[in-house]
Amino acid sequence: MAQTITTIKPKEPATQADHRRYSFFRMALVVMLKDLRAELRTKEAINGSFGFAVVILLLFSFAFDPDVDTNKALSGGLLWLVFAFAGTLILNRSFARELPNDCLDALIAAPVSGAALFLGKALANYVLLLAVELVSLPVFGIFYNVHWTHQLSALLLVLALGTWALTVIGTVFSALTVNIKLREVMLPMLTYPILAPALMAAMQLTMPLIAGNAIAPEMMRWLKLLIGFDVMYTAISLFLVETVLVG
Amino acid sequence: MNALAVEGVWKFYGDYPALRDIRLEAPAGACLALIGRNGAGKTTLLRTVAGFSRPGRGKVLIFGKEPRETEARRQIGFIGHGISVYDELSALENLTLFGRLYGLPDPRARALEWLERTGLERVRDGLVREFSRGMRQRLAVARAFLHEPSVLLLDEPFTALVDRAIAVLQTLLRQALAAGKTVIMSTHQLREALELSSHVALLVRGKVAYHGPCTPEMVADPGLVYATYGEG
Repeated sequence: MAQTITTIKPKEPATQADHRRYSFFRMALVVMLKDLRAELRTKEAINGSFGFAVVILLLFSFAFDPDVDTNKALSGGLLWLVFAFAGTLILNRSFARELPNDCLDALIAAPVSGAALFLGKALANYVLLLAVELVSLPVFGIFYNVHWTHQLSALLLVLALGTWALTVIGTVFSALTVNIKLREVMLPMLTYPILAPALMAAMQLTMPLIAGNAIAPEMMRWLKLLIGFDVMYTAISLFLVETVLVG
Repeated sequence: MNALAVEGVWKFYGDYPALRDIRLEAPAGACLALIGRNGAGKTTLLRTVAGFSRPGRGKVLIFGKEPRETEARRQIGFIGHGISVYDELSALENLTLFGRLYGLPDPRARALEWLERTGLERVRDGLVREFSRGMRQRLAVARAFLHEPSVLLLDEPFTALVDRAIAVLQTLLRQALAAGKTVIMSTHQLREALELSSHVALLVRGKVAYHGPCTPEMVADPGLVYATYGEG
């Protein structure tokens, strides 16, 4: 029987610049999928991070009376502290995962730009951090007796922006501290001070949302700050990461 | 054009100069053995040539391009002290990953080809963490050769290799040299290295003490270079 062989050819990029852009994002995707696959096989970072988030949420719930309205209002801020602490466990593993067997050498040797490598790792961290946060939210709702779903879309937007800020800063410092013996200590010490404006904005925006109120017009400056922080630090990180990795 | 040109390279660790005004050349198709005692700067030089760190002064050129340029990196294959493959991925996933990173047209087919060439096709779906040491080493060799690099940089390639991995690597190196590829290797195994080499460079305390062709006398008496140009 005659067989028809169909060859699917990839679309030819229009120009060399298009090709470079296409290659950049494809390489970032390859790195992201590699990191996610490796993490899902071991679950080292995600299990540790989720467990840590639940434990802190539980411990904080002992300190605050969930029936007092003021505490409920503050719980949104508390939530971001938990995300920042728990997120560090994921971010710490990001480049440390490359150390056994000297895999970082192989990545640096490959014809992949430092920016693509960074973006791939940041995207993988982002997915993992968001997963931990989304699973932690219902736990938070139960421990603090809050109905966090009233302003769900706005809350998810703030979550997405705040988590990207944490991811970008954490990933670049994960690269910077990868060869330091005390990297578990150094990463939060370097990350949190720089992250402070973004955390502050995320907390300010989350508190009313958790209480069931929409983002008021006077709160929009926090949203702008958060977006500006994300854009600025993403650009700086993409620009500097090659120097961070190679010196 | 030389496959490798190292032009007045200095590398500092703090104030300490690990490499001092290194000048080396290797024509295409050459096999250059970098020899020297521990701490002489062999690994630092190879890592600088591979583009893992930038020189403090001077420059390195791979076929006329700096090692951090994408085109130069496509031409480099590196085997360092680690195997540089992921324990959490299978052998096939590892090689396919690197095939994609090097932009090979059909990374999976190339990965399967190299798994077969290194005798790992039967364990292609096994996770690397479950592999024996010899299998891991052969996978590392496959990873370095996967994209058919024009310049192979090998940091003490025979050290700690099991016999089968040594045989695989020696065969691949001979084939690579026969195909006109350039091999730069640092080594303490003088006899194995000099048998393959066309050129030798002796490093002493970060400086080139000898750089020239590998003569039959050197192959016959591997200690000759140290005795003549080293510090005794």
